[in-house]
Amino acid sequence: MTYIFENWDVVFGYTLEHLSLVGQALAIALLFALPVGVAVSRVRWLATGVLAVLGIIYTVPSLALLGFLIPFTGLGSGTLLIALVAYAQVTLVRNITLAFNGIDPAVVEAAKGMGMSGWQRLYRVEFPLALPVIFAGVRVTVLLLVGLATIGGWVAAGGLGRLLYTSLKTDDLNGVLAAALMLSLLAILADQLFRTIERFSRRDLLVRP
Amino acid sequence: MISEAVSDQQAAGEQDGPQPVIVFEDVSKQYPGTTSFAVDHVSLAVQPGELIVLLGPSGCGKTTLMKMVNRLIELTSGWIYINGTPIGDVPVNALRRSIGYVIQNVGLFPHMDVARNIAVVPEMVGWDKARIATRVEELLGLVGLPATEFAKRYPRQLSGGQQQRVGLARAMAANPAVMLMDEPFAAIDSITRRRLQDELIRIQRTVRKTILFVTHDVEEALRLADKIVVMREGRVVQYDTPLHLLSRPADDFVAQLVGADDVLRGLSLIDVGTIMQPLSQPQPAVSASGAGPNLQLHSNLRHALGLFLTSGAERIVVQDERGAAVGQISFAQVRHLSVGGHVGAEE
Repeated sequence: MTYIFENWDVVFGYTLEHLSLVGQALAIALLFALPVGVAVSRVRWLATGVLAVLGIIYTVPSLALLGFLIPFTGLGSGTLLIALVAYAQVTLVRNITLAFNGIDPAVVEAAKGMGMSGWQRLYRVEFPLALPVIFAGVRVTVLLLVGLATIGGWVAAGGLGRLLYTSLKTDDLNGVLAAALMLSLLAILADQLFRTIERFSRRDLLVRP
Repeated sequence: MISEAVSDQQAAGEQDGPQPVIVFEDVSKQYPGTTSFAVDHVSLAVQPGELIVLLGPSGCGKTTLMKMVNRLIELTSGWIYINGTPIGDVPVNALRRSIGYVIQNVGLFPHMDVARNIAVVPEMVGWDKARIATRVEELLGLVGLPATEFAKRYPRQLSGGQQQRVGLARAMAANPAVMLMDEPFAAIDSITRRRLQDELIRIQRTVRKTILFVTHDVEEALRLADKIVVMREGRVVQYDTPLHLLSRPADDFVAQLVGADDVLRGLSLIDVGTIMQPLSQPQPAVSASGAGPNLQLHSNLRHALGLFLTSGAERIVVQDERGAAVGQISFAQVRHLSVGGHVGAEE
């Protein structure tokens, strides 16, 4: 503990860097996953193909994936981000598909029958109803990314992974502990944050006697 | 027999009276990969303000026929006209906004409160806020859910029956001339269903929409319909009033479906008002005890029969809601209706 306070600048710096890596990866991943998820939930034959490809990505070990990428993209945060975004696609697309498929078909039929256009249906009905499940997917993804981003230490991408990696190399047990502690803290905070958002997005759907 | 019934109907629509609101002309639907027709060359005309029930066993094509009207299902061949315009000539979403749609599982939007659910179509067709607010309040009153209590509730805070009342209000929101109702009360318990049917009859008396109502529940059909379209294997077997379905079923299938040989049941589905001899001048209420047996206009003939048997009277006075005598029925009439198994053969 004292280590963390004594080296607060360094530890806090790495933590911020870690957070920024996760944030960037999540933002880029959502940019892809939202349209893909909507498309997959609407077009049945797309679902099998896309989910199979994502399944394959998910089974490739993270270090191996980085190994494939380094010859093309070199060391650095860019390589790490590509890997993180690829993994995030799996949980995000799965959850977004699940979210849209989980909407009561009667609600969709009513929306259609009342003359809503495809877009109106999406933003007025389907998206608001899918949101809680999408946030659940985002929460799971963030937890995954917080953990995965530590492998950034191996490709010189910075973040808490770097602290962990260098401390391991120099037998600096305090550094290892500090990194582990901050990682856990990040994960717990992210979990709580997204649970709260999720609950908030559900507020209209709850029974209020 | 079948074609006769249909062509009679069309002829009636063309010669006199108002123009039909909905016309099906040789309408067929064939689903891809099947050789048989789900809907097989159907021609029908629906007059304004009529509640038409599409009745038949599951798979008879009744739902398909109805959903072709708002193009949730596209027809394979033939034409459907609404107020003389082919439905294909109107942009599909504009068409749907002009038609009220009520479905079995209600499909209220769970993230919107009751008022916002009802406001959806008026908003899409560009009504201003004040007009929408007035309309929402008016409709909630009409379906028996006072706005002060229900406007701000969410669908999950309502019972199944209340949800379908809101569904009905939502479908009527932008004041469509035509409404489609797809087994709207099928998922509701029988007591509430009965109450909702009564409500629909009451509402229909005031708003006079042209309604296509799909059901497989024969009692419901006979209670609600101005006319019933009996369907089987994609074809229209008979298109007639409930009384005529009971008294002159086109074939054994119809007779069996409507239970035409169950006399008491048949009588229970016909209002006293449909066969009474009206008085030329309604007479003011007389004291009930002195005037002999009497019945309300909307009591059914089974009640009448019971009253004939218990009172020993030959005539029953029919009263309106205010207690004024408006007509009478005789025991001979009821007996005549019931002779020969089929309720009817009244001519």
